[in-house]
Amino acid sequence: MTSISTSASFDGPSRALQRNLALVCAAIIFCVPFIQPGQYIIHLLIMCLMWSYIYTSWSIMGRLGLVSFGHGAFLGVGAYTGVLLWNYLGVSPWLGALAAVVVTALLAVLIGYPCFRLKIVGHYFALVTLALSEVVRLIIIGLRDYTGGSLGMTPRTALAQGQEIALGAMQFADKRIWLYLVLVCWLLALYVWHRVDRSMARLALQAISEQEEAAASIGINVRAVKLGLMVLSAAMTCLGGVLYAQYQLYVNPENLSGIGVSLQMVFGVVAGGMFVMLGPTMGAVFLLLLSEGLRLLIGNDLHGVDLAIYGALLVIFIIFMPKGILGTLLHRYDAHAQKRRAKVNAPAEASAAPATLSVLESRP
Amino acid sequence: METIFDIYLLEALCNGLLLGGLFALLSLGLNLVFGVMDVVWICYAELIMVGMYAIWWLHTAQGVPVFLACLIGIAFVALLGATMHQFIIRPVLQAEPINQLLVTGGVLFFLQAGATVVFGIEFRNLGVQLSSLNVGEMSFSISRLLSFAVAAAAIVAISLFLRKTFIGTAIRAISQDRAIMPLMGVNPARIYLTASALGGGLAGLGAALLVLQYDVHPAIGLSFGPLIFLICVLGGLGNLIGGFLAAFVFAQFISVGGFFFQLEWGYVFAFIFFIAVMFWKPQGLLAKRA
Repeated sequence: MTSISTSASFDGPSRALQRNLALVCAAIIFCVPFIQPGQYIIHLLIMCLMWSYIYTSWSIMGRLGLVSFGHGAFLGVGAYTGVLLWNYLGVSPWLGALAAVVVTALLAVLIGYPCFRLKIVGHYFALVTLALSEVVRLIIIGLRDYTGGSLGMTPRTALAQGQEIALGAMQFADKRIWLYLVLVCWLLALYVWHRVDRSMARLALQAISEQEEAAASIGINVRAVKLGLMVLSAAMTCLGGVLYAQYQLYVNPENLSGIGVSLQMVFGVVAGGMFVMLGPTMGAVFLLLLSEGLRLLIGNDLHGVDLAIYGALLVIFIIFMPKGILGTLLHRYDAHAQKRRAKVNAPAEASAAPATLSVLESRP
Repeated sequence: METIFDIYLLEALCNGLLLGGLFALLSLGLNLVFGVMDVVWICYAELIMVGMYAIWWLHTAQGVPVFLACLIGIAFVALLGATMHQFIIRPVLQAEPINQLLVTGGVLFFLQAGATVVFGIEFRNLGVQLSSLNVGEMSFSISRLLSFAVAAAAIVAISLFLRKTFIGTAIRAISQDRAIMPLMGVNPARIYLTASALGGGLAGLGAALLVLQYDVHPAIGLSFGPLIFLICVLGGLGNLIGGFLAAFVFAQFISVGGFFFQLEWGYVFAFIFFIAVMFWKPQGLLAKRA
């Protein structure tokens, strides 16, 4: 079932549609601050983009069957490395982010290399990464003398009274700067997603996610590709952690490396659509709007209703809509476009190649 | 000074043993379900939480005696397990394995958040205090000894059930060869349902033992859920004896590690040990080298 959805995602006119959609969204978001909406709207947009960025980073490896249940580990390492270096050594978070990426990449190799070498996949890979995120969370709590344990910690403030921007400290009182920063990150993540999708490894990736032996037999270094993607995904997630820490100015092991966060990442992507570029974004937006909408609707008293509905929806999605919201929509769009094109081309190519081939050839 | 140190270490070791019995029971149901259906119930710990809430509610709000409340609780979770299988897992049984993991993940969120909505985030206590047993300078809580005894009895009962009864034999057979069983005149759907109910029942039993020792709160599943999965994986998913062994190994790590350092470090060591074993023997502790 999923093999069909994977192949559908690699081709078809919906790719161009998604690219245009992303650019239009970016343009709209770019203009939003000029109409001066409230702080709340800007905050919502920032959170949407930040989580979209993180979910997209996750899906770079997730859609290849490397379903990680432990990306909270990378999020936590990123956030805490940045904040600890800033608070204790005065290292600018920009440099801290670099350090965090190095640490994360090492961690990803440490876990990924043996996993891929020993062909730990599926359930086992998911649970090994789950253990990793627990290790990170518990180490953060265990080092409570430095990290504040479960109570969390705040980055030392660098903004003097009335000051708006502390560039070196990556602290901005003006939310618009944050909006543009996360917008750029989100676009970059989409670009990386697109590049990975487009790279020479495109068909190789598909082969890997469906049949590893087959991929290996046509000369693909399966391990190296997997490891590369895992390091990429982890490093991007870790930068998400740095951004989160600097924006919220508060980090907490539960909010960053808890199992809830790691699972939510997986489920958000699944709900949006794992195999399409904007799927993770869709999942993040959907999730955020759901929780914010319900909060506005029923107030703060009924804590947990949003997550309960979310859980129920997930079950329904996976049973009835395994491609996710956007995945299903785009699949329909592709099928429709294909039918239309077949109708247009049919008279001219009546004697030519079969329909599937004609679609491939007529692509720009 | 030296002798006191040793006594406390011995106490930690014994407590680890008792904890191991509890872990072994908790992982038994999950292992059974996996062995039969190849499905990981990632919401297993949340089923236990629901059982704990059921028992707590029956006892404190309805005044049902503890023992009876536990029995009803076990039956309720067994029913829940069977229902979940019938309506949520069966539709995706033919889909990719990761989808089954994800669908039970949805149930996890639902149950956890549902418990928050219904019962709030307060810690709930059954209000039953069992005293502790003192041996020399060591002290053990009666509830832990009780849970160890019940866990041991349940494990023996389950293995007898799997060996002596027709359904038990069918369960073992189906976990060895999924394709051949329908040809032997066994209806797999019925076996799956039975195994799910049994897995749920074991979760309920775990709930009954946990609720005697710990307070209930909605996030309790997240606190020991990962532990149960890792124990099952460490023992080799579906391998009941391996899971049993792994439970005791894990419990010792936590108990003794927590004795020498702080409690979290015990867990950290246990998890790092788990990752190391995965690289050493990816199919679990008892697996023959692949």
